[in-house]
Order: sequence, then structure tokens, then C-alpha cells
Amino acid sequence: MSAILQILFDALSLGSLYALGALGIALIFGVMRLVNFAHGDVIAFSIFALLWPSVDVVARVGAGNLPWFLLIPFVLAVGAGLSVLAELTVFRRFRNASPATMMIASFALGFVIRYFLLMLYSSRPKSISLLPALSQPVEILGARIPLLQVITILATVAILFGLTSFLRRTRFGLEMRAAAENFTMARMLGVRANRVIMGAFALSGALAAAIGLILGSQTGTADIQMGANVMLMAFIATVIGGLGSLPGAVIAGFLLGAASVVMQVTLPIDARPFRDAFVYGAVIAILIVRPQGLLSGRGTKERV
Amino acid sequence: MSLLALSDVTIRYGRLTAVRNVALTLAEGEVLFITGPNGAGKSSLLRAIAGVTPPAGGRIDFADHDITGRAPEDIARLGLSMVPEGRDVFASLTIEENLMVGAGMHVKESNWRARVTNALEEVYETFPILRDRRHAQAGLLSGGQQQMLVIGRALMTNPRLVAIDEPSLGLAPNITDQVYERLIALQGQRKLTLLIVEQSSTRAMMVGGRMILMRGGEVLIDGDARAMGQSEAMQAAYFGYGEH
Repeated sequence: MSAILQILFDALSLGSLYALGALGIALIFGVMRLVNFAHGDVIAFSIFALLWPSVDVVARVGAGNLPWFLLIPFVLAVGAGLSVLAELTVFRRFRNASPATMMIASFALGFVIRYFLLMLYSSRPKSISLLPALSQPVEILGARIPLLQVITILATVAILFGLTSFLRRTRFGLEMRAAAENFTMARMLGVRANRVIMGAFALSGALAAAIGLILGSQTGTADIQMGANVMLMAFIATVIGGLGSLPGAVIAGFLLGAASVVMQVTLPIDARPFRDAFVYGAVIAILIVRPQGLLSGRGTKERV
Repeated sequence: MSLLALSDVTIRYGRLTAVRNVALTLAEGEVLFITGPNGAGKSSLLRAIAGVTPPAGGRIDFADHDITGRAPEDIARLGLSMVPEGRDVFASLTIEENLMVGAGMHVKESNWRARVTNALEEVYETFPILRDRRHAQAGLLSGGQQQMLVIGRALMTNPRLVAIDEPSLGLAPNITDQVYERLIALQGQRKLTLLIVEQSSTRAMMVGGRMILMRGGEVLIDGDARAMGQSEAMQAAYFGYGEH
């Protein structure tokens, strides 16, 4: 029983990370057909912003010493700010470019962010202790679960709930959903393109920062590569979920997390090092059966 | 003073010229049909007016503003509401949400709800079917209902001019009749200016108003729709035979 509970929490917390990542990618894809590969580097940047620039092995903690109620808004604002800056300086110029051109631009931007961090902080992972209280285990029905896992899951649920009600209940959310479905039509109804796109970038950046916080607390290190794995899985999740579909991205994120964790436990020992190959194999199988993704991003076509 | 004025407008897609040196004026309260065969440049002209495809040359003025090359949202905010071909409903949004997207864009956040409620009420009065299904997904509506929805949505922006591209496309004739009946009634009530693109001139002759006939990217004839029905130039424009 406690083993199953353990697996469940592992799956949910890993799935949470992937779901948050996928959501950040899907939000931007929805409004401008851009797959933002710089997303993973925004994750890393948000954490490095807590440290003073130094090439020492030991991190020189700056804003990271803030109490949690200041630390969390600070990190989220850094992620949102960087993302909006990327929109203003880079992506705005590619607004009418083909999706392939925008994607390549996002790769380039990702490299710029990564090498900027490399220059200031060197490539060595730095050990940091973020929110150390969270590494205590808690006991739930006989299973010892790290408090951080519980908080990750709860925070993700809260974020999903908050985002859903933002998109459903506010005027800005309504404009974003309309723009995601048909941008030109939304503009012809007076919806301001720049405002909606900037909003999507800000939300996406804040989501990236949230992932950074969780990863940083989990691993206790700041590493310029730290966002890469989540970014890859999140991108795959948005594809399986149906590019542009927010619920699809979230569901697929959780599915991927669950698949990884379950395979880690159930695969024969000899096959475990190849877990990712099995996960990607499952992804291929899903895409063969449903090439448009689990939930198609575009709404259902008109009934004639 | 005209509400909409085009002078010398040329539209190109790459090397293809879709519209050539078109001049056109539309007075406040007028009903204008733009008709012509496939590929005449009617939709291109509408897209240029709405700011979706900026013209390669010429000038477009709307409500005392030069709107040439302006963004679609800026043009919409001046009071030009466009209903594009193919009824672009936001399929995954509900009917009410569709209507709300363009509502009260000049209104401050705090007054928005009240403004929306009033505007919704007016649209529901015109199209009761939309009220009955207001929480249904727009993608599930029939073609005729979607056409009413996009017209209703255009009205939510409180426009001075509504430009509609092929409202009869894919609709049964009796449904088209209903759509036009409402449209003309609305035009009278709200003193709207209407710019309607239709491939067939029959509808224009039934409804009345002014009509221009386009072919090959140029305006061939401009005049009263009913009077034009009999003219031979009309026949020639559609079927391409020369003078007898």
C-alpha cells in the first residue's frame, strides 16, 4: 500500500512539472504558433537570478535569502519579465514569419540566455539550498513522502485552478482564448494583438519560473542545463496533447510523468536504463494512432 | 461626408494583382453590395478595408481617419466590424463568450460587465435562438445559427459599418432569407452602414440598395441594384460575352 502511494506521489509530482512546462509552451503556441524552445532556459535563468554572478563553486546567494513570501513572487516576476523581454526584443519581429523561422529564432534565443548564464556563473552546477524546510518527509497513510512533493502537487493544482478561472472568468482570459482559436478574427473584433501576446508570454514565463523553483528546491542545485529535460518532455506533452490545446497539454504532461515513474518501477532491472526509450516508444505509438494529439487544439468544425 | 472612401486601391499577393486601382465611397447609412464572379477581388477588397491584408497602393479612409495599413484591431476600434467569409466563430467558446469577445472595447474594466449585459440583451432580442443556446459551444451550431452568431457578434462592437463577406455561403435559401430579413431590419433600427459581398447579384436586386460589380480586380459598374438587373453590361460581366 505505502509503495503504491509512493509511486502515485512520484508520478503526480513529476507529472506536475511536465504539465506546468507543457502549459507554458501551449499558451504561447496558442496565440502565435510559436514553439518556444527558449522556455527551458527561462527556467534556469529564474533560479540563477537568485544568485550573485560568480564563477565560484559555492553559490553566492543574493535574492535567494529572501523569505519565501518574497522569494516566490520575485522568481515568478523574473521569469515573466524575461519572457516579456524576449517577446519585445525578438519574437515581435518575427510575428509574420513562418512557424519554422520562429522556432529557429527561439533556439537562438535559448542559446543566448544559456551563454549569458555561462559567462556570469560558469558551467559548474552550484549547490543552493532553496526553501530547505521543504525537504522534510511527511507521513501519509504509512508512506514517507517528501513535503516538497506534496507541495509541488498542491501548487500545480492551485496554478491549474487559478489559470482556468482566469481564462474563463476574466475579459483578458476570454480575449486570450479567442485569440488562440482565431487570431485574425479576434483582432477584427478589436482584441489587441500585442496585449494578448505579451500576456501569454508573461504567464508562460511565470510558469517556467515556478518549475525552476520546484527543480531548484528538489535537486538543491542551480545548473544552466536544468531546464532542458523538462523542456523536452513538456514539448512532447504539448504535441501529444494536441498543439495549442491547454487541457490536452496538462493531461499529456501528467500521462508522461506517470509513464516515466511506472516504467521505472515495473520494467525489468536490465531494461531500466532504457526507460526513456520506452517512454518515447509509447509517445510514437500514441502519435501513430492519433496524429492530431489527444485533444485537437482547434475547436470542432462547424456542423453543416 | 462619406463614412468609407477608397481611392486608387491596389492589392497584390506576391506577383498576382487581386485588385487594381479601385475607388469607392460609401455614405453613412447606405447599403452597398459588392458582387461579381469568383476571383473578382471582392473578398480581397474587404480584407484590405478591415486591415487584414494591407493594400499595395492607394488610400483607405474610414470615419475621418486614414486607415491604410493600420492594424485590424485599430480599425475595429474606429467602428468597422468585419464578418469574414466562412463564419469564423470561435468554435470552442460558448455562444455567449463569442458575443462577449468584441463587446465594449472602449469601456473600462469596471463598467465592462454592465455594458456587456446590455449589448447581449439587444442581440438576444434580435436573434432569440442565440439566447436559447447561449451556453452551447459555437462549433455545434448549424450554419444558419452560426451566421446569426457572427452578425450578432459584429453588433456587439457597436459598429458604424458592418462589412459581411458572403452571408449566404453554404446556407439554404430560406435560411438566407431569414438572415437578410434581420440584417435589413437591423440596418433600419441602428442606422447601420452595410457593405455586403455576394457572388450572385440576385440577392442585391431583391434587397435593393446600391451595387457595384467587380471583375478581374476592377469595378465595372456602380449603380442602383434593382435598375442594374436589366442591364446588358451585367450579363456581359458575368458571362464574358462582348457587345452584340
